[in-house]
Amino acid sequence: MPTWNNIRADFPILHQQVNGKPLVYLDNGATSQKPRAVIDALVHYYERDNSNVHRGLHALSMRATDAYEGARTRIATFLHAADPAEIIFTRGTTESINIVARSFATRLKAGDVILTTEMEHHSNLVPWQQAAKASGATLRYVSVLGANAEGGLDLAALDQLLTPQVKVFAFTHISNTLGTINPVAELCRRARAVGAITVIDAAQSVGHAPLDVQAIGCDYLAFSGHKMCGPTGIGVLYGRRALLEKLAPDETGGGMVVNVTYEGATWKPAPERFEAGTPNVAGAIGLGVACDYLDALDRAAIERHDHALARLAYEKLSTLPGIRLLGPTGERGGLVSFAFPDVHAHDVVTFADEDGVALRGGHHCNQPLMRKLGLTSTTRASFYVYNTAEEIDVLVASMRRTLKFFVG
Amino acid sequence: MSADLTELYQQVILDHNRRPRNRGKLPTANRVAHGDNPSCGDQCSVYLRLDGDRIAEISFDGSGCAISQASASLMTTQLKGKTSAQAQALYDQFHEIVTTGKEPEEISDIAAFAGVHTFPARIKCATLGWHAALNALKGDAVPATTESHTD
Repeated sequence: MPTWNNIRADFPILHQQVNGKPLVYLDNGATSQKPRAVIDALVHYYERDNSNVHRGLHALSMRATDAYEGARTRIATFLHAADPAEIIFTRGTTESINIVARSFATRLKAGDVILTTEMEHHSNLVPWQQAAKASGATLRYVSVLGANAEGGLDLAALDQLLTPQVKVFAFTHISNTLGTINPVAELCRRARAVGAITVIDAAQSVGHAPLDVQAIGCDYLAFSGHKMCGPTGIGVLYGRRALLEKLAPDETGGGMVVNVTYEGATWKPAPERFEAGTPNVAGAIGLGVACDYLDALDRAAIERHDHALARLAYEKLSTLPGIRLLGPTGERGGLVSFAFPDVHAHDVVTFADEDGVALRGGHHCNQPLMRKLGLTSTTRASFYVYNTAEEIDVLVASMRRTLKFFVG
Repeated sequence: MSADLTELYQQVILDHNRRPRNRGKLPTANRVAHGDNPSCGDQCSVYLRLDGDRIAEISFDGSGCAISQASASLMTTQLKGKTSAQAQALYDQFHEIVTTGKEPEEISDIAAFAGVHTFPARIKCATLGWHAALNALKGDAVPATTESHTD
């Protein structure tokens, strides 16, 4: 059982030096590190149970199938979904959103509106642009307020934007660039009032706080395993069962069909209908174990920990001369994004790396928002369960050293 | 500060980053090309006034890290007056320097970029302006990019 006071021991990768300094990993918004329990689950699967699922009648295939379907049930519980059949395994958030966006591309028509926000990651933006282009629907955006996007979404304008023409409203739960926490339950409620389907990008939130899809009231929710202690290459599309039953398959092939003739085929129900081909069995099992790990730590405690680190980092970084901090000034998700007037994010990240500090520098797959804020890039520090207040001091000291070198 | 980092951010580079030469649009330009570095958002436009095959005037504009901005600035000072064949030869030399760290035999400011070779992720920053300049010389309307994938 993991415990908070010995948590760093659970993550083998943290115990190394980078450029002669202890690794300070603050790039969790890009991907999190993996606890021993998840790594062991992958090894165990490949050493003992590896087999194809839903096909064989032999012992290994049955074990693999049980473990794979067990992971689906585990993730349904993790999200408080009504039914494990509402959990579709995908490669990650991007594929999950693309499945939904492509389904809309074939159903929408001119006059329909797709609504999203100005703070979306490219993965919740470009698929909707494509769906709009393919269908003739119009794409509209909820504005982000404030010179540093500190005001969040323009909720006052939402009633005007949420017309009956809006067929789908796609938005992020926590912005990967700003740290803004959107009021997702309220957004879903207001979208539902006009009959719009809701799609939530939960990539930055699922592993960081308690999450209940039924309480939120969303229709679809997408996330990746690798940002929440799970393996890469596995993610989830949650969809309300009533909607999934009406949704046409995205990819076709083996595993998702009932009866195939030379003339055509019929589809299995969800979730199999959306999982053509051999799935990422090991990844799904690893993700289930990641859920166990995070729940043992208690997600409410993870949320308090991440938010406290982000607040501390925001306060300490705000003392640096010239720094421009983006996003909310109050409560924020576990990340801080910032820019200096005279030092480019790439140079900041290179200097931080010299101090063993792993940061992200760039546009964070959020080019239109950067442009709106008059920036080309920012530096981002993003936190997770194993990060400490001392690591924030290392970060701030590294920033001071960088500023001294470039600005004097 | 480590020796590698001192080598990367040489005085010449810091100077060009702080006081870029030939920066801004060139009103008389008859060639222009744009370069993008999609993974980090670095941008660089290069403006040329070609007189026959010779670069009579050159300027750059854009935003990016110290390495990309200093490289573009220094490049403009090196390419002015050169023919397209000479420009290509200079780029080949520059590319050799940033990828291998081998400094050229004759003394040249572009040798300041030798430290880049120990930071492979930064090679594309150093070459962004050069790619745009060579594309401008070719009259290539397609934006230069130092990467084929998108982020």
